[in-house]
Amino acid sequence: MSTGAPVAVEGDRKVSVEEARAHGLSADEYRKIEQIIGRTPSWTELGVFSVMWSEHCSYKSSRRHLKTLPSTSELVVQGPGENAGAIDVGDGWAAVFKIESHNHPSFVEPYQGAATGVGGILRDIFTMGARPVASMNSLKFGSFEHRRTRYLLGGVVGGIGGYGNCVGVPTVAGEVMFDAAYNENILVNAFCLGLVRKDEMMSARARGVGNPVLYVGSATGRDGIHGASMASAEFDKESEAKRPAVQVGDPFTEKLLIEACLEAGRTGAIVAIQDMGAAGLTSSSSEMADRGGLGMELDLNLVPLREAGLTPYEILLSESQERMLIVAERGREGELQAVFEKWDLHAVVIGRVTDDRRWRMRWHREVVADLPVGALAADAPLYDRPAVAPKLVRDPEPSPNLSRKVTGEASAKNALRALLDSPNVASKKWVFRQYDSIVQSNTVEGPGSDAAVLRIKGSRRGIALKVDSNPRACALDPYLGAVGVVCEAVCNVACAGARPVGITNCLNYGNPERPEVMWQFIRGVDGLRDASLAFGAPVVSGNVSFYNETEGRAIPPTPTIAVLGVMLDVSQHVTQFFKNPGDAIAIVRTGRPSIAASEYAAVFGIDGGKLAPIELEHEAALVEALVAGAERGLIRSAHDIAEGGLAVAMAEACFNPRAILGAEVDLGRAGNADAVDFFGEGASTVILSIAPGDVTKVEELFASREIEFAVIGKVTREARLQIGKAIDEDVSELMRIYENAIPRRLAGSD
Amino acid sequence: MKWGVVRFPGSLDDGDSMHALADVMGESARILWHKETTLGGAECVLLPGGFSYGDYLRTGAIARFSPIMKSVAKFAADGGLVIGTCNGFQILCEAHLLPGALTRNRSLSFICERVWLRVENAKTPFTRATKQGDVLRLPIKHGEGLYVAPEDELRQMEERGQVILRYVDSQGRETESANPNGSMRAIAGVANERFNVFGLMPHPEHAVEAMLGGTDGRKIFESIAGGAR
Repeated sequence: MSTGAPVAVEGDRKVSVEEARAHGLSADEYRKIEQIIGRTPSWTELGVFSVMWSEHCSYKSSRRHLKTLPSTSELVVQGPGENAGAIDVGDGWAAVFKIESHNHPSFVEPYQGAATGVGGILRDIFTMGARPVASMNSLKFGSFEHRRTRYLLGGVVGGIGGYGNCVGVPTVAGEVMFDAAYNENILVNAFCLGLVRKDEMMSARARGVGNPVLYVGSATGRDGIHGASMASAEFDKESEAKRPAVQVGDPFTEKLLIEACLEAGRTGAIVAIQDMGAAGLTSSSSEMADRGGLGMELDLNLVPLREAGLTPYEILLSESQERMLIVAERGREGELQAVFEKWDLHAVVIGRVTDDRRWRMRWHREVVADLPVGALAADAPLYDRPAVAPKLVRDPEPSPNLSRKVTGEASAKNALRALLDSPNVASKKWVFRQYDSIVQSNTVEGPGSDAAVLRIKGSRRGIALKVDSNPRACALDPYLGAVGVVCEAVCNVACAGARPVGITNCLNYGNPERPEVMWQFIRGVDGLRDASLAFGAPVVSGNVSFYNETEGRAIPPTPTIAVLGVMLDVSQHVTQFFKNPGDAIAIVRTGRPSIAASEYAAVFGIDGGKLAPIELEHEAALVEALVAGAERGLIRSAHDIAEGGLAVAMAEACFNPRAILGAEVDLGRAGNADAVDFFGEGASTVILSIAPGDVTKVEELFASREIEFAVIGKVTREARLQIGKAIDEDVSELMRIYENAIPRRLAGSD
Repeated sequence: MKWGVVRFPGSLDDGDSMHALADVMGESARILWHKETTLGGAECVLLPGGFSYGDYLRTGAIARFSPIMKSVAKFAADGGLVIGTCNGFQILCEAHLLPGALTRNRSLSFICERVWLRVENAKTPFTRATKQGDVLRLPIKHGEGLYVAPEDELRQMEERGQVILRYVDSQGRETESANPNGSMRAIAGVANERFNVFGLMPHPEHAVEAMLGGTDGRKIFESIAGGAR
């Protein structure tokens, strides 16, 4: 066994603390490396450490806090630690799901950045043996008026569609927001969910000394080298030059890889499998070995290459897409190779599992890297970074205009029209029409309602999915904002009639080395934890994206939450749209709304204010009642109030794509027609429509749980929206505004 | 009826077609791998949607060279029934089993939505369960569905009744806005001169279950299967 110093390769530079710094490692971190390995690292090893110890791969600033998140329940099949989490959804099926960021590359090269974000999250799912069945995404762009926004929007949407449509995984839901706070740092968070028989799930834990290690999929090129490092630094004026660090996607190969991996899985010859994502071959090999408490030795000369002349450094750090690493059962590698050959993909044995807990890389027989497996993962630095509340948040200044009256008819009417015309409220049809939302024949409700609903073939059960965020609320109060995001996403799933059973999160923040950002992050995790506990919906997977900042300006704290809900009978699912004239319209809520951080506040330039408090027990009771109502078939429609408040939600409920309807309501007991009554937002107000004969039963469901319930009007055949005396509008005219807002802006100028 | 659904590398709606035919309609259907050279006794061959070979060059341009396509061409020449949906339609045009070609949508972007289609010729093996003028609701999802052909050829096709489906509004009227991709003469589906090969951009296999949004696609499959009985 050789543990001597690895040899140098032609082109290697002399390793020093300065070179380490240039690789993004601190002087302390460099000293720690020397201490762990007892010598100066080779050039290749330095490269390897720099990516594995990057924030993106090591979670060195966040790990300590993420550990506090609840990750167990009787339904959890796999919590954090594998490539994705998994929840038992019944009838022998496990849902494997995760959300991940691809923010930095998407800003530098929007089409490929977003496309490879989709590709990467898909691989995290099918590496678990699950067939990817649904994608979602959460996108944040700068203001529509910003010069780069339309370019970035077109590129990102094109990239998501270009990749997702070509691999045959439907994009079933998503959210898109425009805000000047994202002018210099857009967010692209991609979610994927797969289904696998519970007993057929695959693992990324290497087992069996002597087992062969197979490289499968695309050949390795120079693209994406140091992508993980790019995602671990702020942007500056030179960021454009980082374009070569963005990978290029090949969805066709991904599609073949999905089919081949799932088919290979059925042979039973796969011991462990992991995709080559961030830090490529390095992370996949070292993490699989580390999880199994074993070592791995690879011969880099055997790696399929796109071009000649790659160095071991480049091979190990390449983030070329559509590649997987497999540990096979010894003697059965031929079975696997036959499957990959059928799909015209590379499948090459490049090494073996060893028992010495070392990660050893060979190049022309010589050792070029030889490290203790743990050094790259478990022994990576762990920081408890200082956190300080920024002054503004410690001392909120209530805006004087917060409770202003909507006086006269004109202003409520104009505000409603202005909100429907705001890109954040308006129809996102221009976006989701570019995504295949129906392939695989499971999409019961696609984009456009509160939550997406999927059926599970061969089962009566259904799945509801929602991805959500609320950065404006999180900017005012990062704790309460995060609690609110979970409440809202959970409520949306419950509106569809599904019980929330699991959460995945993508935590997007600025530079964690700044104490205010760290404070925002910690408070966000606290909020996520408390809300997750209240709903009994554990956080089974997730991702952290720090350094979303440019020249010292960070994005607002943006925890993005995706919730998985399960319904016992998918045919009982509920949508947000009014169904029948004459049905009673009721609102149920757990508290009063607030103008603070609302879309109304953004449109009319009202800053600051205080978020409405949230009582988590009430929120959980609301969810219970919504699910019970749906399961008993008592709820005709349910729509959660979000951007734009009650008035916008009423209009949206009228926009039934099958046939638009009207509504006649009077807020009466529920509010006095202040701006806050019409346009205030809160995580926990739902508009229901109910058959007249069922009103008492539904009221009982909510009243027995001490949730405010008020019938405020009825659904009408005539497509007019009447709210008290203040609003009386033609619904088709409102719908025209709502549908044209984004196309109109895209058609404008140039 | 025995169906063969061809699976090219990059086919996507092959599984959906199998599900629609076998699980929903109760037909006998099997997958035909693109490297095979026989059709396994299929009485109707279906070329599904997707992005065969990634469609990086031109849609359907490489799939037409797959080994199985020789057998499909021979089968069609012998009068066998062949239907191509979406990418399958594109492949049939590339293989010259159908006239015309499919190019990028007028909007230059991918479009996924439900559209209305008018049956222009109900006297074909693919539409016999419908009536001329019937309006069907089927989904489309494609980036390259703009149908083009030389003007002379279009005129002859119309005269011979080869234009089978046209994009219309819910009332069955041809309007500019009802033509989602800018196809010439709003053409959504065409047959060959012998009426045994049919290609259409919409996806009948995605419209066979009410829970998923409609059942009009069944009429296409029922037409084909019914004729064989």
